[in-house]
Amino acid sequence: MTLRDEWRRVGAIVWKDLTTERRSKAGLNAVAFMGVLVLLLFGFALGPDTQALQSAAAGAMWLAMLFAGVLAFNRSYQLELDGGALESLLLYPGARWSIYVGKLIANLVFVTLVEIIVVPVAMVLFHVSAPAAWAVALGVTFLGTFGFVTLGTFYAAMSSRSRAREVLLPLLLFPMLIPLLLAAVQATTSLLAGDPMREAGAWIRLLAAFDIIFLVACVFAFEYVIEV
Amino acid sequence: MGAIPTTLDDGAPARGGSRELVLGAAAFLLLIAMQVYAISISQADRDMGHLQKIMYVHVPAAWSMMLAFFVVAVASLRYLWKGRENDDLLAAAAAESGALLTGLTVALGMIWAKPTWGIWWTWDPRVTSTAVLFFIYVGYLVLRAFVDDPDRRAQWSAAVGLLGALNVPIVYMSVRWWRTLHQVQSSPSTVDPNFGLGLRINAIAFTVLLIFFIRHRYVTAKMEREAEHLNERAALGGLEIPHA
Amino acid sequence: MAAATLQVVTRRYGRRWALRGVSFSVAPGEVVGIEGHNGSGKSTLLRVLSTAIRPTSGEIRVFGSDVATHATAVRSQVAFLTHYPGLYDDLTAEENLKFTCRMLGLGFGPIGPVLERVGLSRHAQEGVRTFSAGMQRRLSLARLLLQQPRLLLLDEPYNNFDASGIALVNEVVRDVCKRGGAALIVLHDRHSAAGILDRVVRLGQGVVIADEACEDGEVGAATISAGSASARPRDLA
Repeated sequence: MTLRDEWRRVGAIVWKDLTTERRSKAGLNAVAFMGVLVLLLFGFALGPDTQALQSAAAGAMWLAMLFAGVLAFNRSYQLELDGGALESLLLYPGARWSIYVGKLIANLVFVTLVEIIVVPVAMVLFHVSAPAAWAVALGVTFLGTFGFVTLGTFYAAMSSRSRAREVLLPLLLFPMLIPLLLAAVQATTSLLAGDPMREAGAWIRLLAAFDIIFLVACVFAFEYVIEV
Repeated sequence: MGAIPTTLDDGAPARGGSRELVLGAAAFLLLIAMQVYAISISQADRDMGHLQKIMYVHVPAAWSMMLAFFVVAVASLRYLWKGRENDDLLAAAAAESGALLTGLTVALGMIWAKPTWGIWWTWDPRVTSTAVLFFIYVGYLVLRAFVDDPDRRAQWSAAVGLLGALNVPIVYMSVRWWRTLHQVQSSPSTVDPNFGLGLRINAIAFTVLLIFFIRHRYVTAKMEREAEHLNERAALGGLEIPHA
Repeated sequence: MAAATLQVVTRRYGRRWALRGVSFSVAPGEVVGIEGHNGSGKSTLLRVLSTAIRPTSGEIRVFGSDVATHATAVRSQVAFLTHYPGLYDDLTAEENLKFTCRMLGLGFGPIGPVLERVGLSRHAQEGVRTFSAGMQRRLSLARLLLQQPRLLLLDEPYNNFDASGIALVNEVVRDVCKRGGAALIVLHDRHSAAGILDRVVRLGQGVVIADEACEDGEVGAATISAGSASARPRDLA
């Protein structure tokens, strides 16, 4: 199999996962509602004071995305486990990384769709307006989402096939995501305030480094977790 | 127990019996002796009094915790590379000991923080990243508990252990930035020149203790596996199975 | 070169041994039935041959390629019909096969003819979720056909099939063997496979307890065709 064939396989998996997701729809709606619900809960917990809401906005938004997104990853493998499709998938000749990358891209699209709903709702509920550097803020959102989905797709390959998968995935995933959460929340908060301390850049570099390191590590290690 | 042959490394025979006992006794005696020595040689701190001496156990616990996680990372990597069961058992033994020491480090840090800063928990970079580390390795141990198949457990936990180790410097760096960009947290300054010496000898005691813990868990796990292999041989009706 | 050789193959699930030292070989053109009680290791045998799981010890070669070290080479020659349909319920029959083609690097494979052959042409645009068990089984078989395998591994292939389905399975097996391939079929009873079996290997508690030429072998030879006589395994082996 050449590299081009492998990328075709990636494309096939993305197409298959997204087509399935589009037909069932229930998944996207449920996960997006979960995200909005978490935002509402934060709103109630923090009170109606505009000042308090605004200062907590970035944190609440990222936590809502993490709590909602984590529901998506196990689903992505559940699809393969129903009807024993995973075994057939693994028996096609070709590399394992293409399966991981395909699932990663499909999950990335899925979580991005959820964010398209959650982020505007967060801005409305927490009284924040789009920052001047909105393009940079979008970049931060993408980098944060990418790192989150990279690790989520990787750990779900294990948790979805073990006992107590609902508990295991957050338990494995969330501690690993703390640097990402810190960087994404700090960068977003700083950008929302107009980046007065010029500190967003450092956090963005940390996010990018996190993404690259774990993308490489997960692509390398995926073979070991999917095989057995 | 003595009837079950165990091998620590390829070829080199080791027994769980008397040598283990000697190492264990030595580790604990050394630990006690070092505490007495360290506490007696150094003066009470000018500002904090005897409270400062909690550092004699807190700091070495943190050091040996890092050492344990280093062992987890190396053993995990070697398992993925060579695929030998021994490396998996070693990683598990080191992770258990490491998680214990991490919990100890955090608890001692909190005990120190309460009289010093008036609060049990401060979002100090080192305390915070240690707590994160604790959760990463608790996740590792929970994964091991939830997976029954030995091969699957070994491969999965090696991957998780490796990714966790990769994250340690990133966690520490991010938490430090997070704190220093907002406010500078005072960290304890050492006053007594004897303090450094006390720390060092305590670090030795803790390292010996760590080696004892890891070795003990490792040898126990090896024996369990060896017993399983004997059962396997019986189940296979005397057929020799070459173990990779 | 043998289609498949197994040498003292063992496999363990946790603490349970499913295979405890299985050795035999399959010649090109040969159709081997695997029999045995539940838990005798039949399915595990097919799974190690397919590279779905690795043997705990022992050596397996499929057309000369070792399953442990050259898994990709083995996968491109083996097709495995499992207990499970292995299909995606939310895709249509055609889309399922399209996915298979793309995963095999075939681009647009012969999906139409293959659907025709398994008798699902009229249902190509229907979701697999609405299919009966027998139809799903036919679609799984269609996926196998796209792979153009040299070694067929069929785990109780006759389940859920009516008479025409059984004939279809046997036809597929004959086609593969005619092209120099081979087949291993896990069976409950030999009735459905009558006429295609050359040999039956019986497993018991993870070891081979009997390996015999099929009693109706003569009938089988007559039904296959005179032309395939040259590919008879026992002559080659």
